[in-house]
Amino acid sequence: MAAAVDAVRKPFVGELLGRSDFAIIGEIVEPGSKVLDLGCGEGELLQWLAENKGVEARGVEISATKVRRAIARGVSAYQGDIDEVLADYADGTFDYVILSQTLQETRNPLTVLRDMLRVGRRAIVAFPNFGHWSVRMGLLFTGRAPKTGRFPYEWYDSPNIHFLTVDDFDQLARQERFIVERCFFLAGNRKIGVLPNLLAEEAVYLVRK
Amino acid sequence: MTVESRTAQFESISLESGASLSPVSVAYETYGELNAAKSNAILILHAFSGDAHAAGISSETGKPGWWDNMIGQSKAFDTGKYFIICSNVLGGCQGTTGPSSFNPQTGCPYAISFPVITMGDMVRLQAKLMDHLGIERLLAVAGGSMGGMQALEWAVNYPERVTAAIVIATTARHSPQQIAFNEVGRQAIMADPDWCGGNYSSSKPPGRGLAIARMVGHITYMSDESMREKFGRRLRDKEKFGFDFSVDFEVESYLRYRGSQFVTRFDANSYLYITKAEDYFDLTNGSGSLAAALGRASARFLVISFTSDWLYPSYQSQDIVRVLRRSNHDVAYCDLPSNYGHDAFLVDVAEQSEVVRGFLASTYREKV
Repeated sequence: MAAAVDAVRKPFVGELLGRSDFAIIGEIVEPGSKVLDLGCGEGELLQWLAENKGVEARGVEISATKVRRAIARGVSAYQGDIDEVLADYADGTFDYVILSQTLQETRNPLTVLRDMLRVGRRAIVAFPNFGHWSVRMGLLFTGRAPKTGRFPYEWYDSPNIHFLTVDDFDQLARQERFIVERCFFLAGNRKIGVLPNLLAEEAVYLVRK
Repeated sequence: MTVESRTAQFESISLESGASLSPVSVAYETYGELNAAKSNAILILHAFSGDAHAAGISSETGKPGWWDNMIGQSKAFDTGKYFIICSNVLGGCQGTTGPSSFNPQTGCPYAISFPVITMGDMVRLQAKLMDHLGIERLLAVAGGSMGGMQALEWAVNYPERVTAAIVIATTARHSPQQIAFNEVGRQAIMADPDWCGGNYSSSKPPGRGLAIARMVGHITYMSDESMREKFGRRLRDKEKFGFDFSVDFEVESYLRYRGSQFVTRFDANSYLYITKAEDYFDLTNGSGSLAAALGRASARFLVISFTSDWLYPSYQSQDIVRVLRRSNHDVAYCDLPSNYGHDAFLVDVAEQSEVVRGFLASTYREKV
């Protein structure tokens, strides 16, 4: 399994802009490619990719404050809802479409994933793993919707409306016949090689059709 | 910074209507220094009632420019980095040839014998001015409202001359509601007996009609909320209703004041011509579709709208952004929160400045 090999070869991952998922994305993206970042926030990742990998960067962000800051740092970001804007792009417009820590917040995750692989040749999806043991323990012992470092919200104010686990994503990839080119499982800055569904706090997948 | 307006004159200009004007003058101001490579020039495009005096203190009137909060040393359009140009539009009344200019053939003002002009004609005259100034390519064209329409025309009609277009609080085509408000203004002017079929003397202009037109305009530039905040239902210099038709409310007084001020600086026939140019404005003219029109542009775009702008509502900016996105044009877009209505691009500029500054800096860094 690719992830196991990655983990053995290099068990730790650094941080990029304070995030280990960004470090992996920064490594995956090929120089000079065309990148669309869905939910680009204040555009830090896109700015880094533009400056260090020479990518042609585009970003979508729903928050007016965040998109303003992204534009102010020179990123071509526009305000919009990912669920709606993806449909506008022609097939194969991008080399990579990135969805980082946002899949669980979209209204129609499956539509978003399909559209990502329509408008992009590859999709990079990073998401928090709801199957992590701490989440399971929390639910088992408190009997209440889990709250952890990754899921700090009360059930009623959480932006996360579609919880998923590593196994859920694998199952969906099989069902949709997405090809998983690479996958990375992380607990803090450590790569997880075994039992990712139990041990990984977050996952980063590189998939294509 | 004290600034002076200058004038350039050209032999003639041919117009979209088929008519031509000769000679034609254009009033303009510049701020900052053009660099040796001539790569730092930005053309600012004014809105309906604006003029060439965009920034600094006029040596003539002592007044600050209409976008002085956006243009200057260390401001969004940083005159320490960029060379800024602003000119009065064709058909205007602030130094550029318009209906109040003298027709050399008759020795009288053109009045309504002035040919009807379009947004494209205004931009063609600006292009002549850029030739005159030796500027081949603009780092950016930028404007709000009618200025945004000109920025769009520039990007579509002179793609090889525009690196970036900053398009604020505007539309790709005037909507029926926008045409309707303009028509009310025109009718107010033409219903004033002093209009005299357009042939009024400068000493007796159709002041009442023009003032009413401006009052309507001001209502459309504000928002329900900004009017409530600014005026409420406060009475003007009185404790209770007058029970007559003198000024009761603060808002009435404000509109009357704005109307009467406008009459001292704006020509009624220019009002007719420029509103007509706005109403004719449709970027799809001659292209069939907005996608085809914008497909000719190669500039990087920054589109800005304001949440409370109901005269040029955000959806009109989003229509432009959507079309640009579909063809994967380089476009940044932000719907800035503001209570100031359409006026926001002139008065509520903190966030707009942040966005424009960053957009220009990255354009200058990467594309020049």
